[in-house]
Amino acid sequence: MLKYIQPHLASAQERVRLAKVTRRGFLGTAGSFAIAAYAVPARAFDTYAVGGSDMPHGIIENPLIFVSIDADGTVTLVAHRSEMGTGSRTSLPMVIADEMEADWTRVKIVQAPGDEPTYGNQDTDGSRSMRHHIQVARKIGGSVRTMLQRAAAQQWGVEPTAVKVEMHQVTGPGGQSVGFGDLAVQAMAQPVPSHAEITYKTEDQFRYIGKGQVQITDLHDITTGAAIYGADVVLPGMKFAVIARPPVVGGKASSYDATETLAVPGVESVHELPYASMPTKFAPLGGIAVVASNTWAALDGRERLKIAWEAGPHGAYSSPAYMAEMIATSEQPGTVARNQGDFDAALAGAAKTFTGTYTQDHIAHIPMEPPAAIAHYTAEGLEIWAPVQSPYAARVDAAAALGLDPAKVKVNVTLLGGGFGRKSKADFVTEAALLSKAVGAPVRVQWAREDDVKHSFYHTTSAERIDVAMDAAGKVTGWRHRSVAPSILSTFAPDEGNVMPLEQGMGMSDLPFGVANIRCESGKALAHTRIGWFRSVSNIPHAWAIGSCVGELAAQLGKDQRAMWLELIGAPRVLDAKAAGLPDDFWNYGEPMSEFPIDTGRLINVLNIAADGIGYGKDLPKGEGIGLAVHRSFVSYVACAARVKVTGGKITVPEMHMAIDCGFAANPERIRSQLEGAAVMGMTVALHSGITFEKGAVEQSNYYDYDVVRSDNFPSVVTHIVSHPFSVHATGVGEPGVPPVPPAIANGLFAATGERRRHLPMGVDA
Amino acid sequence: MTTFTLNGVEREFGESEAMPLLWAIRDIAGLTGTKYGCGVGLCGACTVHVDGKAVRSCQATLGEVAGKSVTTIEGLDPAGNHPVQVAWRDRNVPQCGFCQTGQIMQAAAFLNETPKPTDDEILTAMSGNVCRCGCYQRIVEAVRLASTGA
Ligand code: FES
Ligand code: FES
Repeated sequence: MLKYIQPHLASAQERVRLAKVTRRGFLGTAGSFAIAAYAVPARAFDTYAVGGSDMPHGIIENPLIFVSIDADGTVTLVAHRSEMGTGSRTSLPMVIADEMEADWTRVKIVQAPGDEPTYGNQDTDGSRSMRHHIQVARKIGGSVRTMLQRAAAQQWGVEPTAVKVEMHQVTGPGGQSVGFGDLAVQAMAQPVPSHAEITYKTEDQFRYIGKGQVQITDLHDITTGAAIYGADVVLPGMKFAVIARPPVVGGKASSYDATETLAVPGVESVHELPYASMPTKFAPLGGIAVVASNTWAALDGRERLKIAWEAGPHGAYSSPAYMAEMIATSEQPGTVARNQGDFDAALAGAAKTFTGTYTQDHIAHIPMEPPAAIAHYTAEGLEIWAPVQSPYAARVDAAAALGLDPAKVKVNVTLLGGGFGRKSKADFVTEAALLSKAVGAPVRVQWAREDDVKHSFYHTTSAERIDVAMDAAGKVTGWRHRSVAPSILSTFAPDEGNVMPLEQGMGMSDLPFGVANIRCESGKALAHTRIGWFRSVSNIPHAWAIGSCVGELAAQLGKDQRAMWLELIGAPRVLDAKAAGLPDDFWNYGEPMSEFPIDTGRLINVLNIAADGIGYGKDLPKGEGIGLAVHRSFVSYVACAARVKVTGGKITVPEMHMAIDCGFAANPERIRSQLEGAAVMGMTVALHSGITFEKGAVEQSNYYDYDVVRSDNFPSVVTHIVSHPFSVHATGVGEPGVPPVPPAIANGLFAATGERRRHLPMGVDA
Repeated sequence: MTTFTLNGVEREFGESEAMPLLWAIRDIAGLTGTKYGCGVGLCGACTVHVDGKAVRSCQATLGEVAGKSVTTIEGLDPAGNHPVQVAWRDRNVPQCGFCQTGQIMQAAAFLNETPKPTDDEILTAMSGNVCRCGCYQRIVEAVRLASTGA
């Protein structure tokens, strides 16, 4: 059984020293570096428990499902997770290839269709791909290598241990040598070895794992336009459809007139789709679909529809009024998510108090590729091509919508032009399925950008109130965090206005502070639109509130931000869940606390690395300031240090240092790209992303009123990756980078200008 | 009927002259490397070259390109080895990749006009191309690499 290496066993002194040594290394380059922060010995591969086995359909580890070897030696590996930019379609097969001693240049990757009974869970979200699958990828690779070894041993009449498998070649003690292709049939017929029967590679024998030299498998095709995304599949006889959806969730067309639409050359037919009411789950919103011989005719035809919409029960949703309500709710006691010590007593006995209320608008994901899907319904069944994060859920939903047995539905997964949680919800796939059946031909449904902005499953809006009690010496003695936000649950079940423990557990109830009295509460908020998960989920508003509050406390108490963070976090330790008053159903991202504890030593380490990296404390020109924030999410630890500068009346962030501890870094190059991307997306969240509602409908529609960070104002990012051996479990990467960024920018803005902003988005104007 | 040269080959399109070039390229000619991202000229995913200049194909109509020469990502270099494409791979620019054909077309036209740009010129030239994944840092490095070889 794996022994988790407690990083704080290495002395703080040593951590600082090592961080410093490596820092000198990156000064000379524009790139980023891995940081060897903890001296722990390499050890054998002992398996450990991960939450993957509790996911629907769990984890499949049969090598015969994932690996095949052709007679010419080509190794084909199945990628069963969706590729949306994190690199998992490359990185997981790379782990298999390394452990099986396959030559990467002779590896082919094929994408699995949506079929969880065969491949195991395929929900590509929650920063789970590497975290849940690195062990099984090693096991699959190790199994096949062992099977090759045994097949050769039988052929040559020698002991399997005398057979070497190296870079696609199998050699024997007497100089025998064959390639993988020659042994393929015999090897794949061997019984699959157990974990104990596999001699795993030691870490110094890794060729690809942990190295970062393997480029993403689609790189060439991406640069030539040959890569196939959702809308790029072309079927003979395919029709093109766009849909006018009700502006308010739960609304419908009371009447419509398509006369002018049908007169547009290329428009072939118009169909009314069934409407959804809340909780919608992932069902399409319904509306009027225009089917044409090309996308433009469909778009043009849609413009000419005359529709009278009925708003339904959510037509009064107005963001300013709703925000005022949430703030009022945050002033009242809520449902307790965590109770440690006695906050009320701390408050009553406080010499000083501080209250901060931090708010956030909704966010739409706007992946670069708006939703699109192709469906082909025939008497035999339904075939789909789509950029989906959860292909099996898409299959089950489409089957249900058409009254088909899921066995008659196939979902082919294309590349995703970004996902960020939007493409976990396959309403757009069901739309295509319904329309293909209606017109009796293959149909591609294309969402316009306006559709994407106006009909998302939105990141929640929230009001977060934090009350802090301090003693006469300015020591924080009590911390109460009240969060009010409509819940994701409202999309799935009749809404009672309560969030789920897993939302509370994303950065609020798991507060890693060494404060004696902590209480976390949630207030009720009824949803009036579809609430979904957006990259980092509830960690964004929680980290926003906590990180901003730490910045405000530092200013109040005349401390620097790093000192304030360090004081609040307290000593390096593993949080004792019981003593901390965490609920029994504390989520921990589905991972066992024993294997993935809350370790403040690792939090402190990344904070120091980012702060040292940017030179926190150094003198800066007037109008510039550095902000710090650190946050644990998806069982990883990420710190952001942002240098904010006001230029020409605009908030700019010329420099950012991101430090991540994600356990063992399987593909450091893609971890860096994720952190660079998280810095940009975090800055977009900080300055731009605000979806607001009026009369139940979204007010924004496209980049002119829902903009993003662009190349004229992006942060130059240095990424620091804490280096760990394999025995420190790989954790999440895709999501944990975002949450610390907005509060770091707000704290940096305050340092630069003395102005404190407490609402997201803050706006780009200084 | 509109006639123009598409990736070196003369083509006729029978669709309305008001059809945006983007949809003619994607849906009629079947070249899917050119992407739809916004339809309003604000993201750059649909960037192509018209007579060598970067153009948002969602904003140009078939009528406007009559008689001109249109190059899409598929026609930029027969083997995909235009210096910008090579630089993009060298710097591992893409994440999801969806914006990248537009970015590459923008960068290629820009470097054609401004072979040795300053960093500020690069930032400005590329600022109409959105990358939601946030690859900007590497995009700028790759443009620099394509222009200077380093
Ligand atoms: S699709 Fe043309 S600029 Fe966005
Ligand atoms: S790489 Fe995904 S949008 Fe640019």
